[in-house]
Amino acid sequence: RSYDKINEELYEDLEEILIQADVGVQTTMKLVDDIKEKAREEKIKDPNKLINILQDDILEMLNQTEEDDEQPTILMVVGVNGAGKTTTIGKIAQRAKQDDKDVLLAAGDTFRAAAIEQLEAWANKVGTEVISHQEGADSAAVAYDAVQSAKSKETDLLIVDTAGRLHTQSNLMDELEKVKRVIEKESGPMKVEVLLVLDATTGQNAVSQAKLFDEAVDVDGIALTKLDGTAKGGVVIAIREELGIPIRLIGVGEDLEDLQDFEPESFVDALFDF
Amino acid sequence: MIFEGLAEKLQDTFDKLKGKGKLSEKDVKSALREVKLALLEADVNFKVVKNFISKVEERAVGKEVLDSLTPGQQVIKIVNEELTDLMGGAQSKVEYASDPPTVIMLTGLQGAGKTTTAGKLAKKFIKDGKDPLLVAADVYRPAAIKQLQVLGERLDQPVFSMGDKQDPVDITKAAISRAESNGNDVVILDTAGRLHIDEELMDELSQIKAAVVPDEILLVVDSMTGQDAVNVADKFDDTLGIDGVVLTKLDGDARGGAALSISSVTGKPIKFAGVGEKLEDLEPFHPDRMASRILGM
Ligand SMILES: Nc1nc2c(ncn2[C@@H]2O[C@H](COP(=O)(O)OP(=O)(O)OP(=O)(O)O)[C@@H](O)[C@H]2O)c(=O)[nH]1
Ligand SMILES: Nc1nc2c(ncn2[C@@H]2O[C@H](COP(=O)(O)OP(=O)(O)OP(=O)(O)O)[C@@H](O)[C@H]2O)c(=O)[nH]1
Ligand SMILES: [K+]
Ligand SMILES: [Mg+2]
Ligand SMILES: [Mg+2]
Repeated sequence: RSYDKINEELYEDLEEILIQADVGVQTTMKLVDDIKEKAREEKIKDPNKLINILQDDILEMLNQTEEDDEQPTILMVVGVNGAGKTTTIGKIAQRAKQDDKDVLLAAGDTFRAAAIEQLEAWANKVGTEVISHQEGADSAAVAYDAVQSAKSKETDLLIVDTAGRLHTQSNLMDELEKVKRVIEKESGPMKVEVLLVLDATTGQNAVSQAKLFDEAVDVDGIALTKLDGTAKGGVVIAIREELGIPIRLIGVGEDLEDLQDFEPESFVDALFDF
Repeated sequence: MIFEGLAEKLQDTFDKLKGKGKLSEKDVKSALREVKLALLEADVNFKVVKNFISKVEERAVGKEVLDSLTPGQQVIKIVNEELTDLMGGAQSKVEYASDPPTVIMLTGLQGAGKTTTAGKLAKKFIKDGKDPLLVAADVYRPAAIKQLQVLGERLDQPVFSMGDKQDPVDITKAAISRAESNGNDVVILDTAGRLHIDEELMDELSQIKAAVVPDEILLVVDSMTGQDAVNVADKFDDTLGIDGVVLTKLDGDARGGAALSISSVTGKPIKFAGVGEKLEDLEPFHPDRMASRILGM
């Protein structure tokens, strides 16, 4: 689309684009009100310039911080049901292997049917080991064993899978807190991080997900999956802004190599690409 | 919750309307603006909201409403009626085929809840005195077959699989023959999750449909889905001609605007609601309750 004038129609179009990208009503209104004001104050006449300002405003909201990944790490992966946790673990393990790191996986989802076998299948493909107990076992006990094993083998990266759970299920969120406590207590020289996996097809509920997972286990970063579809995942803007959680990774398919670093510029470009 | 204020705001708006003896067109329009925001915040698709509001407005600013004794209540009633109507009105269910087996095919995006729903439906059919055969037609996702087998074991019900090296079309055809020879009166096909824009895999579904002619093609949709729900539902319906929808993960705090978006673009009823991970967590869908939920009331 191209515009030759800044008028109400342009603002309405921009609102429509943002809302359809799941940016959410409040964030959209805020963004559009801001550029309206800027257009007035700075007497901007060129619509393309204004759209660039809007994109810059979003980029500013998404501002990313650098992470250092040299220290041996325990990565606990959490999220609602079906978001893509187990698959993302396979992909991260693959990437770490390619960087010559020693990787260990922990089958912390002892609840869902065949969750352990699913993780084992990924581990086989990648060529890593999995620490697992039987279905129905205590997830914290699996994590405990895995951390001990990682420490004694001096593993570079231990990734702990957890069962999907809705953020509103307080007993299951308590269980997750317990798993994290055990990991932290036993972690020794290893750094502990929590990765929240969000499905990009999710709408505004993702804000509630991020908020409650963050309250329970203090989320360090987000992996946004399923961006290979037509959903834009715009809800992460509000999550970044309101909760301060950085977006780290994106999932763009079901295969091992379908993992990329989150690039704010291409993400914002895609928001406007219908 | 982040939109905590919204339900209150709406209630306020409606209370204000109810309180007014007389309503002007302006009163109605400003109330409908609130409704519009509520719908958008509940993830109802932007275009669907636009159409919906203009439809309601047409009915609500008419003389009968404005001049009635309780105009506020009339407007609320119209909003609720239109929402309920859009989501399929009266509750519908799966019909058993007169010539068994009744073949049900589950489709949808990755992670929506198809395999779990297959198990839940099997449980429901067993309760109805049926003897369902579960069919593992997902040959792509790691351990998808095993997942269905575990559910089958829990239900003590047979699961048909040919491993992950066969073509899903052949698997489903063979499964129907098996059901016929075994006397299974219901067949539930669990297909792999796929993107609506994946032409090759969408074509696979068309081929399965042509090969086994399912009695019911259900689209399984995660109730947390955002604006994309319309694209997904539209494409699956276009390709397959779906018969209905199963809305999953309603046990959380998602407002479930996807329900409205899907109904609006496909005109197909939402038949069941998934309300948990356990096999008994499947309920018939209630459009009226869903209408209130979407509006945050
Ligand atoms: N298209 C696409 N599919 C994905 C992506 N990531 C995961 N999936 C698919 O999403 C589905 C669910 O993925 P899982 O990894 O099992 O999700 P999970 O969060 O571990 O699920 P639970 O453990 O059941 O809560 C699978 O079919 C995956 O193949 C992605 O980036 N793109
Ligand atoms: N809370 C909740 N979880 C559900 C519901 N239905 C399914 N799930 C969970 O959602 C996740 C994904 O479910 P699956 O049945 O594996 O989804 P699927 O559509 O078969 O996934 P793919 O085969 O990978 O495309 C699992 O963790 C299920 O336990 C529901 O109604 N409520
Ligand atoms: K999903
Ligand atoms: Mg998993
Ligand atoms: Mg499945």
